[in-house]
This record gives sequence, structure tokens and C-alpha cells, in this order.
Amino acid sequence: MGQTLFDKIWDAHVVSSNEGFPDILYIDTHFIHEVTSPQAFDGLRNRGLPVFRPQQTVATADHNVPTWDQHLPIKEELSRYQVDMLTKNCAEFGIELYGLGHPFQGIVHVIGPELGITRPGGTYVCGDSHTSTHGAFGAIAFGIGTSQVEQVMATQCLLQSRPKRMKIEVNGKLQNGVGAKDIILYIISQISAAGGTGYAVEYAGDTIRALSMEGRMTICNMSIEMGARCGLIAPDETTINYVKGREFAPKGEEWDKAVAYWQTLYSDEDAEFDSVLSFKAEDIEPMITYGTNPGMGIGVTQHVPETASFEAKEQGSYKKALDYMGLHDDEQLLGKPIDYVFIGSCTNSRIEDLRQVAEFVKGKHKADNVTVWVVPGSKQVQEQAIREGLDKIFDAAGFPLREPGCSACLGMNEDKIPAGKYCVSTSNRNFEGRQGPNSRTFLASPLTAAASAITGKVTDIRDFLKDEELVG
Amino acid sequence: MATKIFKHIQTSVVPLPIENIDTDQIIPARFLKATTREGFGNNLFRDWRFDNDGNPKQDFVLNNPIYSGKILVAGKNFGCGSSREHAAWALADYGFDAVVSSFFADIFKGNALNNGLLPVQVSDDFLKKLFEVIDADPHAVIEIDLVDQFIKIVATGEQESFEVNPYKKACMTNGYDDIDYILSKKELVEEFEAAK
Repeated sequence: MGQTLFDKIWDAHVVSSNEGFPDILYIDTHFIHEVTSPQAFDGLRNRGLPVFRPQQTVATADHNVPTWDQHLPIKEELSRYQVDMLTKNCAEFGIELYGLGHPFQGIVHVIGPELGITRPGGTYVCGDSHTSTHGAFGAIAFGIGTSQVEQVMATQCLLQSRPKRMKIEVNGKLQNGVGAKDIILYIISQISAAGGTGYAVEYAGDTIRALSMEGRMTICNMSIEMGARCGLIAPDETTINYVKGREFAPKGEEWDKAVAYWQTLYSDEDAEFDSVLSFKAEDIEPMITYGTNPGMGIGVTQHVPETASFEAKEQGSYKKALDYMGLHDDEQLLGKPIDYVFIGSCTNSRIEDLRQVAEFVKGKHKADNVTVWVVPGSKQVQEQAIREGLDKIFDAAGFPLREPGCSACLGMNEDKIPAGKYCVSTSNRNFEGRQGPNSRTFLASPLTAAASAITGKVTDIRDFLKDEELVG
Repeated sequence: MATKIFKHIQTSVVPLPIENIDTDQIIPARFLKATTREGFGNNLFRDWRFDNDGNPKQDFVLNNPIYSGKILVAGKNFGCGSSREHAAWALADYGFDAVVSSFFADIFKGNALNNGLLPVQVSDDFLKKLFEVIDADPHAVIEIDLVDQFIKIVATGEQESFEVNPYKKACMTNGYDDIDYILSKKELVEEFEAAK
């Protein structure tokens, strides 16, 4: 019987497999950041252990860095302390740090791919659930807790039971204005925030194949939002072309050898999955979430579901979510005034996202009632945007381009959405208080977010595209 | 290094019948700036437990003196979202030894097991029954036995068995930890690297 892509990569990384025990899985690269690493470093000190393979560990500061005036000392004391702690720990344990001011600094899931560290067939972990992003290259990438961060530091291995395998196929042609973010929000709305729990999810089908690497990363990034252990997409020419020539990508003979191996990385035709789901691209509208988990999404023209449409035991949780969001049964979000637009996060802060937004907002200006933050995913994305003149387009539109970091995705720095305010956000989570205490988040694509910033209310991007030829 | 040992508990419980409780609710991101594992219990369920001025919200279960105990009983898909282990630390630091739900998010489940906090997954029906029993008697006592893998409503004797990874069970009942185990296989790791 054939093997799935996931199993091929898994099997190539099993150090030891014993009945009744989880497998010991070798990790190619361990990404770390300031928030989930300090207790792990302390753990190593308590055990008297070094970092086993420091050269396979990459560090950056992203979660609580400011996105304005990054050249100045961090004002917020606890954030500064945590970032300083990362610097000290990396120096003590011999780990390369792309900290503030370094040309490679940025959101950990943006810099790994753009530096050519993330490659097909590899295993990657990070103390951050959105590590699933790296699976877009045809890799296994897990988000892990701090005890596991310590485990990987100490051993370069992760103790892990093999998850079940799920295939999600999307076939067909997307509507104009519909993109990768809409695809993944649609899938999660169909299978719920727990629908992928226990699975490694492989995305396949011609719609997925047609996506750029940036789009594929957006899809894999949100795998965790349906509970999946990881998401992955088989590598192809698009993948290989993206990796080629990047800073740490293999070169010369090593490159040819690597590509030959990558071309073996696909699910065999007779590979068996524990679950297979199929969706039609034509069914997907521009998506928006209305609730407090990412599964609570609808097409932008649809109405919020009625409480009575849920089972009795679910109605309490549903009503709590609507109350928090200040919405009511059957309400239509289209046309609802908003206060903030956040374009950024490890889901949608890559150069392609910024280009798409810039192309759309060129010659337009944001509505007076809206504050817009555009936060690039990395220093390299920021520099590229400036080289291409996107910053000037953004400035003219009232969309200031800030400096890289996780920013308002989780509001650990100053970029918080105020209580009660509505934010159309390109990030990945609409949990209560996620963007700041009592903030209200509508998750959407970069194009939907940009269009909503222009009109000042939740907007169907397709209304603009009737006159413009822009594909999402 | 030794971790906390868990074998058996019998205690009253705290009910939280909400579904999809994510780790941002268990411990909001703004409290993740600490660099040690201690003290997160003070901010457990912070925004459900306290208002913006830091006053306890009387309608939240942790502020209701009728309910207490070492087991939290919660709605399905508990611990979804962020991988922050701080969520498990906060629950354990507050004083919980176990969380009962009909479904757990994977990363949370792993984090809990690594911190001596037992995630007990029960059927939808048993969870419903638990909430009914607690509703009728806030002091109802629940027994959880990890060695024999069952959860029991003591007053009625109704019980259900639950699954747990045999390796993690051995870790929790003996206080072992994953790093000790992998380090015991270190030569295999080095052989693997050499063969790459």
C-alpha cells in the first residue's frame, strides 16, 4: 500500500519507535521566541544541560515587540525584560538570534520560509501553535508547549504519537476576489474549530495547487484553528521556485540532491487517509467571522445564524459569543460600521499580501471612522515593500506601514483594539479579548479588510471588483 | 527530573459548561510576560473572573463560594487555540488536578499531561450527567482514578472509563518526564544524525 506525504516525512525522522510509547521524532529546526522559551531555558539550567544542537535552533523576537520606533528601547517594562532575557539566553546557549534591529527579524513563521530555513521534507517545531504554517512546503511542523520546547532544546527530538491523516481537497475556480484566506475560513466554518483535532491535514486539489506559496502558508497557518496537529501541502514547482536562492537554501550540488528528494514527496495514489473531505472552490464567497472562534464564519453576504438552529446544549455558548460580539440572531454583517482594520500576523503579512492590498487601495483613501494598521511580517518584507514603493501608496491611503511583529493579532505589545470596538482583521483568531480586553474581531482576507477600511464598514470586495480586475 | 505524581483524587468540582474554551480565556496573552512558571493561577480566566477594575465578577463560577474542588468540568473542545503552556500552569497553579471535558484540543492535552494536570475525556452523555448532578448538588463528589482509568459520581456510583496514553500514564503515576526518557536513548539520536 502507498504512503501519505505525512507518513513519508514522519518515517524519515523516527529515531526510535517502541510499542506503547510515542515515537521519538527528530526535529530539523527548532524556532524559538521570547514568550514561550524563558521557562525552557531555566529548565535546562536546572538540569545542567546545554542546548543539544544550537546550530539547529533559530531565535527571533516577535510576540511583544513594538511596531513603531523599534530602534528605541522597548517602553513596556515586562516586554523589554522578556526580549532582553531571550538575548541573554541565546548568548549563553550559543543560539543565533534575529533580534530587533537585525535584518532577518520578524514573525517566526514568516522568517523561517523567507530565509530558506523551512524546506520540503523537514520537521519543524516552535512554541507557537501557528507553526503549522511551515507545512505549506511539504513539511511536518508542530506547535508545542514550553515543556516540549525544553525537550527539543535538550535532545533535538520530540516525543510524539503519530496522528491520524486527513485529506482536504479543494477543486475548481475561485470567484474573483476570493483567496487563500477565504478558502481556509470556509473550510473551518464547515468542519468547526474542532473538526481537525487529532489529524495531520494534507490539502490537495487543483485550487490548492494553483495557490502561491504565500497563499499555501495562509492555509496551513490556520490548520490549528480547526484543531489539527499540523497542515501540509505536497511540494511542487511553485515550492521549489520559492525556496531556490534564499539565504539558507541548499546551493550547488546540495540543491540538486535536495530537489531530487523533494520530488518524491507526495501522497501515493493508493495511500489511505483516515478521513477525506472535498470542497468546491465555486461555493466559497469572501468570508468573515461573526463569533468568538474561527469556526464561526459565514460568507460576507450571509446572515448570522439563529440561536434556535443550534442544539439545546450548544445554545448557551452560542448566545454568549453573540452577546460578546454585540450581534443578534439573523443580523447581516455587510454594511456594519467598523473601527479598526489590522492587516498583518503570521497568517497575512507577507509581501504578496501587502502587494495585493496596495494594488487595491492605490488612489483610494480610508474612511474617517477607521484606524488602519499595516504590520509587515518581517524586516525583509518591510524593506521589500519600501523598495517597491508600497509604503507611499499606503501612506496616501491612510494605511501607515508599521514595523514587523505579531502586533494586534494578540495584543501583547501596545497594538491593542480598544474595548467594544470592531476590528476587521487578517489575523487568525477572534477569541474573546484576543486583540485587547473586550475587543471584537471579524476575521477576513486582506482584500476584504482593505475594502472595509475604505468604506468604513464590512464590505463585499466583489462590489469593488465589478469595475476592477483583481484576483484575490 | 521528577514531576508531580497523580494517581487518584476524590473531590467536589467546579462546573464551567461552556464549549470551545480557548487558551486565551484560560490565560490572556497580556499575562504571558512572566519568565517563570509560577503565579499564573492569579490570572486564571482573568477576563471572565474580574472586571476591568480588577473586581471579581459575581456571576463567574470561580467567584461563587458554593463551588470548589480540584476538578474543573468544562464543555467540549477545551483548551483550543494557542499552544501556551501557561494555560496548564494557570489551572494547576490555581489548584486544579484534573479537567474533565467531552473533547480536548491536542496541544493543551499534551501540555496538561506534562504538568501533572490530568485531562479526562468523557462521553457527551456522561458530561451532561455530570453537569446535571453538579446542578442538583454543588457539593457532589467525583472520583478520578488514573491507575484503573475511571471517573465516578460517588453518590450514585455511575462511572465511565477514560483513555490515556499508556506512556503518559506511567509518567504521571511515577513522576517521570519526557526529557529523562529521550536522554536515555541519546545514543540512538546520535546514530540517527550520523546516518542522515
